[in-house]
Amino acid sequence: MNFWIPLEHLEADDLDRVGGKAMTLGRLFGHGFRVPKTICLTTRAYNRFVETTGLRGRILLELQRKDFRQMRWEEVWDAALRIRGMFHATPYPSGMERTLREGIETVFGKDAVAVRSSAPGEDSKRASFAGLHESFVNLLGADAILVHIKLVWASLWSDAALMYRQELGLDFETSAMAVIVQETIPGERSGVAFGRNPADEFQGVVEAVYGLNQGLVDGVIEPDRWMVDRTSAMPLSHTAVPRTRQVVSAVRNVDIVPLPADLAQQPPLSSDEVSEVFRTVLKLEEIFGVPQDLEWTLKKGDLYVLQSRPITTLERGGTEDERQWYLSLHRSFENLKELRRKIENELIPEMIRIDQQLSRTDIKKLSDRALSQEIDSRAALNDHWVKTYWNDFIPYAHGIRLFGQVYNDAMKPENPFEFVDLLAATSMASLDRNRRLEEMAAIVRTHSSREASLRNLKGEKVLEIDQRLGPAMESFIEMYGDLTCPVTGGRQCTQGTDALVRLVLELAAREPAEPKRSFEKIDGLKEKFLSRFTGAQGEQAAELLDLARSSYRLRDDDNIHLGRIEAHLYEAVGEARRRLKLSVRPDENPETERILAAQIKTYESMEKTPAAGAKAQVRGRVKARQILGQPAGEGLAKGRARVIRENADLIDFKNGEILVCDAVDPNMTFVVPLASGIVERRGGMLIHGAIIAREYGLPCVTGVPDATRRIHTGDRVTVDGFLGIVTIE
Amino acid sequence: MPSTEPVFKKIETLLTTQRLAVLSTQSPDGPYANLIAFVCSQDMFRLFFTTPRTTRKYANLKADPRAGMLIDNRSNDVQDFHRAMAVTATGGIVEITGGEQEDVTKLYLSRHPYLKTFVTSPSTALMAMEVGRYILVDHFQNVTEMRMP
Repeated sequence: MNFWIPLEHLEADDLDRVGGKAMTLGRLFGHGFRVPKTICLTTRAYNRFVETTGLRGRILLELQRKDFRQMRWEEVWDAALRIRGMFHATPYPSGMERTLREGIETVFGKDAVAVRSSAPGEDSKRASFAGLHESFVNLLGADAILVHIKLVWASLWSDAALMYRQELGLDFETSAMAVIVQETIPGERSGVAFGRNPADEFQGVVEAVYGLNQGLVDGVIEPDRWMVDRTSAMPLSHTAVPRTRQVVSAVRNVDIVPLPADLAQQPPLSSDEVSEVFRTVLKLEEIFGVPQDLEWTLKKGDLYVLQSRPITTLERGGTEDERQWYLSLHRSFENLKELRRKIENELIPEMIRIDQQLSRTDIKKLSDRALSQEIDSRAALNDHWVKTYWNDFIPYAHGIRLFGQVYNDAMKPENPFEFVDLLAATSMASLDRNRRLEEMAAIVRTHSSREASLRNLKGEKVLEIDQRLGPAMESFIEMYGDLTCPVTGGRQCTQGTDALVRLVLELAAREPAEPKRSFEKIDGLKEKFLSRFTGAQGEQAAELLDLARSSYRLRDDDNIHLGRIEAHLYEAVGEARRRLKLSVRPDENPETERILAAQIKTYESMEKTPAAGAKAQVRGRVKARQILGQPAGEGLAKGRARVIRENADLIDFKNGEILVCDAVDPNMTFVVPLASGIVERRGGMLIHGAIIAREYGLPCVTGVPDATRRIHTGDRVTVDGFLGIVTIE
Repeated sequence: MPSTEPVFKKIETLLTTQRLAVLSTQSPDGPYANLIAFVCSQDMFRLFFTTPRTTRKYANLKADPRAGMLIDNRSNDVQDFHRAMAVTATGGIVEITGGEQEDVTKLYLSRHPYLKTFVTSPSTALMAMEVGRYILVDHFQNVTEMRMP
């Protein structure tokens, strides 16, 4: 069976077989535009591949682990990564591989090519979905091309595509992907052009860079920009930028290299050339009937049309559509490096500085009026850092994802999450806290009388009865606050040292547990990974690993720092509450009192939010026996469930229990060394619960719908961290 | 005495066209039934299936390996009463470990390739029923028994 159709042989009714991008190129070719030599791999090839190998069924199982609408973004990303891993690891049926290889070699020999998605429905007039599927440039030889065809197929199920499944008309059971393979045009200057400026209907836009346009499309290299008059095609204004780098073809993929000084001095296009590019986009508009978004390149003076699609802003429901925000998380390596610098050198030190500064203010000494002002200023600070958390810290987590993709492409591991092991060789604030808890437990273990006197505490402070343990506990609380507070560093929950004493006693009663990461294994993985690259690519791979580790560490630490700032706010609110309860107050003023009462009301509702969110419901006659979630930490564990509905539940945690909660946040992780497994409602491989579970080698299942309602404290449960199944006996 | 060949053929057809079977095991509380995905060995002496080790059926089989399996081709309409066929297999069930595991996994995945992730998980057990006899029911109440040697 021939799976290939050359561009010049396309017919009008081929859309379902070759997809929108291919059809557009076919029309351009027919109208005499200069387009790269292209062959189309039909959807029949995709269908044959997924049918013969059983992948179709595996994809369905993966996407239907639970009601798709209930899946969080992180779970969608995990599912997409697993599917990508399946395509990577599944060989072509042998006859099919031969046919595909022959098609490639006959047309391209050993020339560099691009492999691009061409999904049926994509690039239609209805909507343009640029960037939801993958494309790869500058691939050499049939082997590399065959690997990347599978990756383009896999991107039919990319996280972004899955999120826009309705707009794309993506059907889990029947959708298929076509692919185009086209020669690489080594243009000296490239860019994009928009037939119409969305902000001004009489103008269009031309953008240009030196080298290939990969850098411009990825947002790595800033282009020169011209606003162009739609009637005359003459440039109206030119925005020049500092030109320092260009993207050029490399042995594998592309490289960013410094731009020669003489080129840096002059814009990539002359005015005449700007007009030529713009006239092309107008001609395209005539053919397709709507303004076009054109990707072009100039090689030795010849203008090539690489791609053309209608300018349609995705119907993303305006700025309120959170999917748009999610898509913005997909950052380039360059962008992430900049974000890292900002976070590590500016944001985290600033958060630490603020925490220290606030700790120095003795709020008990403030007048009522000053306290009220302090609450406002702390609330503003807290607000600011919560926003920073969403704008900078969460996007930075994409460093882990980017690394995961590069790792999987290089290593093709059986387990698509193997790369996470490589990230674990790093210190995390919550692990440091647990280490200090273990140290206190070790002190208790040194003498049996210590344990007895701790158990018999009747209101005295530990400091009064134990000269060694007392100071350790005081300094622990000073640093980390009360363990039962819903926020890290909280000191107003007034449990005193009781919770800490109970926890330390529980820890002391069993063998000490240390994080179980194996440095030898991690070093081995690292070596293997880096050995897949040479020269500059090796350095880049090492740099990416380093960035991913920092990003992974931050998944935990940012919450701890944020928690401390939040705790300062609640501490001030707590002080206000205390004062209003006093019968005699030194500086009584009805107006200030009214303001304080209003402030308490505002923040009380936030503070009292229980950790588990959902309250327990009365146990009906229907009972879950086995619940499917996502496997997030390998292993099998059996034990009694301890369901955490609010933070105070944590102090009852017993050694060997299974931690069941809505979402493990870093403020809860001190009980993890006691747990034998973790079950969490929130889903994902890279959430705190999963990260900390892997650190301690605990079986973990995440994304378990209604975990805290369907499982009850005391239930005997089995956590299957291989399959993602929780069984309740 | 019916001749063996047509009966054998009918059973073979059912075993090779159907993907799912109902497995019945015994628990201290009484009988217990499950749907399972199965494949049969070429000689039809054994029926293979997989299960997580945390399930009731696995616990039941560990306590008492005797089990039954029902494989049928009903389509949930009236014609079933004269057209549908069902075969019940009875026998003892063992867990497959060691050298044979690889070959059986291959055979199993050739029939159920979409179950690859599930089958290759360390918490999944590969099981085999060593069939003692097959009981074929067709034409509503026509029952034939085939004992395996």
